[in-house]
Amino acid sequence: MTIAVLSGKGGTGKTLVSVNLAAVAKKSTYIDCDVEEPNGHLFFKPENVSDEEISVKIPQVNNELCDGCRRCVEFCNFNALAYIQEKLIIFEDVCHSCGGCVIVCPQNALTEKDRTIGIVQKGHSNEVYVKSGILNTGEAMGIPIINSLLSENKDVCDDMIIIDCPPGSACIVMDSIKDADYCILVAEPTVFGVHNLNMVFELVKLFNKPFGVVLNKCLEGENPAELFCMERNMKIIGKIPFDNELGLLNSNAEIVTRKSNKYKELFLELLDTVKREVQHETITNP
Amino acid sequence: MKQLLILSGKGGTGKTTIASAFIKLANAKAYADCDVDAPNLHLVAGWDFEPERTDYFGLPIAQINQQLCIECDRCRENCRFDAITNIEGYNVNPFTCEGCGVCEYVCPVDAIQLKPAAAGELMLYSHENKVFSTAQLKMGSGTSGLLVTEVKKQMKESAVDTEFAIIDGSPGIGCPVIASLSGVDMVLIVAEPSISGISDMERIVSTAAKFGTKTVVCINKFDTNIENTEKIKEFCEKHDLTFIGKIPFDIKAVEAINNGQTIVDIKCASGTAVKTIYERAMELLFNTP
Repeated sequence: MTIAVLSGKGGTGKTLVSVNLAAVAKKSTYIDCDVEEPNGHLFFKPENVSDEEISVKIPQVNNELCDGCRRCVEFCNFNALAYIQEKLIIFEDVCHSCGGCVIVCPQNALTEKDRTIGIVQKGHSNEVYVKSGILNTGEAMGIPIINSLLSENKDVCDDMIIIDCPPGSACIVMDSIKDADYCILVAEPTVFGVHNLNMVFELVKLFNKPFGVVLNKCLEGENPAELFCMERNMKIIGKIPFDNELGLLNSNAEIVTRKSNKYKELFLELLDTVKREVQHETITNP
Repeated sequence: MKQLLILSGKGGTGKTTIASAFIKLANAKAYADCDVDAPNLHLVAGWDFEPERTDYFGLPIAQINQQLCIECDRCRENCRFDAITNIEGYNVNPFTCEGCGVCEYVCPVDAIQLKPAAAGELMLYSHENKVFSTAQLKMGSGTSGLLVTEVKKQMKESAVDTEFAIIDGSPGIGCPVIASLSGVDMVLIVAEPSISGISDMERIVSTAAKFGTKTVVCINKFDTNIENTEKIKEFCEKHDLTFIGKIPFDIKAVEAINNGQTIVDIKCASGTAVKTIYERAMELLFNTP
């Protein structure tokens, strides 16, 4: 079963929820798809870590073969090539690795080489298999790392895979949820939180994913995110209180369910709810 | 035009809360929200009328004419983004297509064409001599960097004689952040005193450094973890980053935001702290080379 944890807004508690769900599930895989700012590994501190470099293909030119026809320059929709002072210049960081320039070059002057954009790091923390994608700073596109993180889970036979998504609702998030059986939307009780919850709500509807909402940082009194969910009939599957003890543990990158019985129970209950919801979905929408 | 960009690396540290306070304090004539994935500044910017809206076209998307298609499979074979499927005829997945044009080029029967695709919406609020430029990217779209560039362009073109602009950035370190960095005079990083926040701050500092942008740091909710606050200050000292102040956790800040106000519209501890940070930021932006 694959569960994706997302929220339009950053800092609502995606990592808190996904790390702790993975930690209370007996045997699980935690995948951090927030490759721009990965934090899950800071909590799990995995052991026996192995790193795998992730690279993309970018063109390189053989200047002896290039006759300056500029077909590659004209073809490239990303403006990654320019012919200046009788020399072909390649702007590696805007290249999308489509391979088009190599195909259109009539002189076969272009070939491809690998360019490393980041790593996939794998390790273990107790019974949790921890996989993190880490984009190198200065790199624009993390999608190839996410694809690599998600491509090989077929051979992971754990019954619980938790995907910690990046914030927002752009392509990078869509990629992260595409294989999920169920989505958890984490929301905080502010008007910002509500506005961004609405965006991911639209996203999961668009992809027809079953989902539930976890309300984080709940205070006494009116909760705009809760009202929003009730108005739209969105199922609330858990509530995490605003709590200084939790805040302090979390800010020190401690896994709260490994430190506090109260939170262990809260997340076990949440995990049960999620499992029930997924089973219910498979029965009603097989 | 001097431009101040507010970034954080980690989401939810308080970029928009601080940006809205700065805009109020500066009585800013030009400002923009470059978090095109999840824009929020308009919720507290106090504009009570509808903006001028323009469709934003990102990169085009391929379309296959089924009538002309001879099912040779060349488009699918050559697509690096796995955007072409051949279930019930050949089709393009508009969410994964990046508009590179390779399929159009390799198709032997001209059955494929790149067509413009709306990828979001640009919005411009302007009244008397004030402009606010913002946008919303369409869900699942992949061209956030280009849209960020458009948001900044729209702001600059509408406020030509304005000498100062405030830009609210997006979380992360990738495409939209890199696009927002171009041409700005100073970056203010809003850090959060958590282990995650520190790690994310280090990554955004390194990203800004690669583009050679002057960077200063402040800490939000500093009293939620004093030990980590000290670590951030030490990091700044070690890396020659100017540390310009800290803001306490303040429940009144949440109340202000939920009422559509900025933290300097009400009397509160976080509002007082942000004023000092604002003054230091202005001093550094205008009076240091």
